[in-house]
Amino acid sequence: MNPALPARRASALGFAATLAIGLAILFGAPHVLDTFGLVQCTGFAALAMFGLSQGFVWGFAGVMSFGQAAFLGLGGYAYAVAVINMGDSSIPVLLSILVPMAFAGLLGYFMFYGRISDAYIGVITLTVSVILFQLVNATSGSQYRIGAAELGGFNGIPAIPALNAPFHPDEPLDIDGIWYAAMGALILVYGILRAVLAARLGRVIVAIRENEIRAQLIGYDPRLYKLIAFMLAAGVAGLAGCLYANWGGFISPTVFALPMSAQVIIYVLVGGLGTLVGPMLGAVLIQALIIAAGSQTVVDSNLGLGLVLVGFVLLVPQGLLPVARSAALRLVARVRTPRPGKAADTFATERAR
Amino acid sequence: MDLAGLLAFNVLTGIATLILITLGLGVIYGMMRIINLAHGEFMMLGAYTAVMASGAGVNIWIAMLVLPPLVVGLIGLILERTVIRFLYGRMMDTMLATWGISLGLIGLITTLYGNVVRGVSTPVGSFDIGRYGASLYSLVILATALSALAALFLLLRFTKFGLILRATMQNPRMAAALGVQPSRIYMATFALGAALAGLAGGVLAPISGVSPAMGAAYIARAFITVLGGGPAIITGTGLASTLFGAINELVSFKTTPVIGDVALLTAAILLIRVLPQGITGRYLRRSL
Repeated sequence: MNPALPARRASALGFAATLAIGLAILFGAPHVLDTFGLVQCTGFAALAMFGLSQGFVWGFAGVMSFGQAAFLGLGGYAYAVAVINMGDSSIPVLLSILVPMAFAGLLGYFMFYGRISDAYIGVITLTVSVILFQLVNATSGSQYRIGAAELGGFNGIPAIPALNAPFHPDEPLDIDGIWYAAMGALILVYGILRAVLAARLGRVIVAIRENEIRAQLIGYDPRLYKLIAFMLAAGVAGLAGCLYANWGGFISPTVFALPMSAQVIIYVLVGGLGTLVGPMLGAVLIQALIIAAGSQTVVDSNLGLGLVLVGFVLLVPQGLLPVARSAALRLVARVRTPRPGKAADTFATERAR
Repeated sequence: MDLAGLLAFNVLTGIATLILITLGLGVIYGMMRIINLAHGEFMMLGAYTAVMASGAGVNIWIAMLVLPPLVVGLIGLILERTVIRFLYGRMMDTMLATWGISLGLIGLITTLYGNVVRGVSTPVGSFDIGRYGASLYSLVILATALSALAALFLLLRFTKFGLILRATMQNPRMAAALGVQPSRIYMATFALGAALAGLAGGVLAPISGVSPAMGAAYIARAFITVLGGGPAIITGTGLASTLFGAINELVSFKTTPVIGDVALLTAAILLIRVLPQGITGRYLRRSL
């Protein structure tokens, strides 16, 4: 029997379960939660998508992007500027995906085709997001405007028009509508990324992460595939930025700032590197913790985030979801066979980085 | 003419500032291949040390030049022993851990001292370049940067400690076989890098707002300069600082400091596309 089969079956099962839970949340939340809870969950969905983008590029392509916030911010600002100018939100949503992708294409070309090391990629992406932050921060004053949209410097852009029904600017979505859009988009993007990973493209991307030289010798160009993965993730982060801007109707340069990039890395690290569900769970978990910590004023929330980051790197580097999953599989294997079963072993080796 | 003189002076100051903020990062990266993402926060701690010490009545020069490197060097030593040493050989994990330290330090200082901007007054006045006034304090920065660079060179090139340091970085196993404890050397190197970051923070405290998040204003330039410089610490830092510092100052002079930073970043990305290992990865490879 093919030893990879149980792992693949478990993976398909996980996909189906995630979709089912996602859909249940999508349609269940508006009935269970009050307006405030629903708005909060919309924010969680936006940040979960941001986590998904980092989880994909880091966990599956092995690209250490330390500045994923740059794409979140670009997406958010692209949406805000475009929707203020156009009035209709359909094309701005597309722009919020395409602008970060184009920027990632340009930046990624220089990084991947320069064949710089992983650490350099981390530093350059981080630097780019810091400098974008400083750049947007410095755009206060009415002379910095794109069409009708004033960039507003550190005050950001207030009163961003919300999403509307496609090509019907006179039918803006209400709070429920935005929730359906955000959570629906999250499920859709998760499905698309799963499909990408199951397709040849995704398999090559993972193969390059596993062994770049070997993949290259077989005839794949690692530079190109890394660039594609980087751009895909940037598009996802951009859409997350669009949802984020819709969530509060407001965007400010802090979306580009370092704490944002750090947070998304913590989502992935806490949830589980090399999974797609982990980063989403991590986002909700960490965000809920930040909100809980925000209600007290004794300790700054950065302190907690820093401790979580150091603690996970030192003690649980693989993240919560893989730990929980391998524990569950070991339990199942022990119930089925007297000795620890093979399924858990192959699964563990497949998941090991 | 006066303007050219002032501009030249500003370019020199810009280069010196860049050397100062990069050197500590360069020591840790060049020697240990660790990118210390908490570098900006080490500088912030140095600046706080200077502010607190001068507030407590310590002589301003001691508060700026002596105490920050000592205090931050000690903090670096403690962090190396408690966190970093478990992660050697795992580059990504060290970056993540130092990032966690960075957030933790920002949070800690915010909790202790509040999210307010403090400052110390500049201890010296100004002088004239023709019709323009220039700050004498720039000369202090210039002198500190050059002495730090020179002292580091002398330390690495002519002392026994420097020799052991370089040997350990080149081949830790061989060094261990000859009776050196690599873990001690790593500890000392990390503390040295932290101390240099503290010095930079202390010296820059009078000319920048001292706040918990001040590190972010410097790290972009520092990181990119280290990458541009390549593996040789002193030559690399010196050359890359000169190149990027000049670009930064000249563009800032024509436009705004933010555009100057953008120009610096663009120049660095172009440079890294051509020389992926940095300047000293291709040229002057045998230099220090």
